[in-house]
Amino acid sequence: MAAKPFFGHAEPREIIAFVAGGLFGSGLLVSGMIDTKKVQGWLDFFGAWDPTLAFVLGGAVVPMFFVWRLAEARKVSLLGTPIPPRPAPKFDPAFIIGSLMFGAGWGLAGLCPGPALASFAIGGWGGALFFLAMVSGMVVAPTVAGWLSSRTTS
Amino acid sequence: MMPVDWIWGLVGGLMIGGAAALYLLVNGRIMGASGILGGLVDGTGRSSMVERLAFLFGAMAVPPLLVPFYTLVDTRITSNPAIIIAAGLLVGIGTRLANGCTSGHGVCGISRLAPRGLGSTALYLLGGAVTVYIFRHILGAI
Repeated sequence: MAAKPFFGHAEPREIIAFVAGGLFGSGLLVSGMIDTKKVQGWLDFFGAWDPTLAFVLGGAVVPMFFVWRLAEARKVSLLGTPIPPRPAPKFDPAFIIGSLMFGAGWGLAGLCPGPALASFAIGGWGGALFFLAMVSGMVVAPTVAGWLSSRTTS
Repeated sequence: MMPVDWIWGLVGGLMIGGAAALYLLVNGRIMGASGILGGLVDGTGRSSMVERLAFLFGAMAVPPLLVPFYTLVDTRITSNPAIIIAAGLLVGIGTRLANGCTSGHGVCGISRLAPRGLGSTALYLLGGAVTVYIFRHILGAI
């Protein structure tokens, strides 16, 4: 895999992934989602609440609602990959605890994974430290998940 | 916060939705930042490694090119390293336990009306709001 020249023989799926990633990161920059104080303002329901993120989420969710209907009707993507099936509505302890932990971290620093990527090059040492800590968390997450399931299923 | 911020929020949101639509309709993948990165970190996404790397490279390398055309160049992140490390660990562990973040559960899950996407979003908004309330209004730390 390492011998494969990234731009020389890029597959269509890899070019699309690069374009989608670039558009995603640019959208996060333009929308203000990489501004940690703005994100914390959105979560500050008992202070100077900033509703901007509702516009960001609305702008992304409304078109995607129709895209999902199209994708699920077609069943496969243009490159022939099956559209991911609807996940079972399973709410196990790891899901609930993980969602709450993520929210706590999001509120604490004002960054979630997408903006952490998009602002990496311009976020200074603080952004780099957050990124390193986030990746470290992802490294230990399977261990935490195993520990949680051993505590909750017996 | 100004009404012009809402317009930029909407424009950026449409770009994020466009990216999610492209990734789903062409590649057949759900655009979730924590899943794309996390699958590389823990090795579960090895079979789609180059696709993931291409997405991450785009997300990290393209936004800085826009900075000369855009006024915001500062994330205004806290300078307290303990808060940054704690927050990063919580986001990394939490998104992997929950199997999604603001893009996967938020944008893609809500728009699919997926119970897990809606449920996770309600929970992380709750976690974030309580955290901001405690650390800003009670402790005055952020």
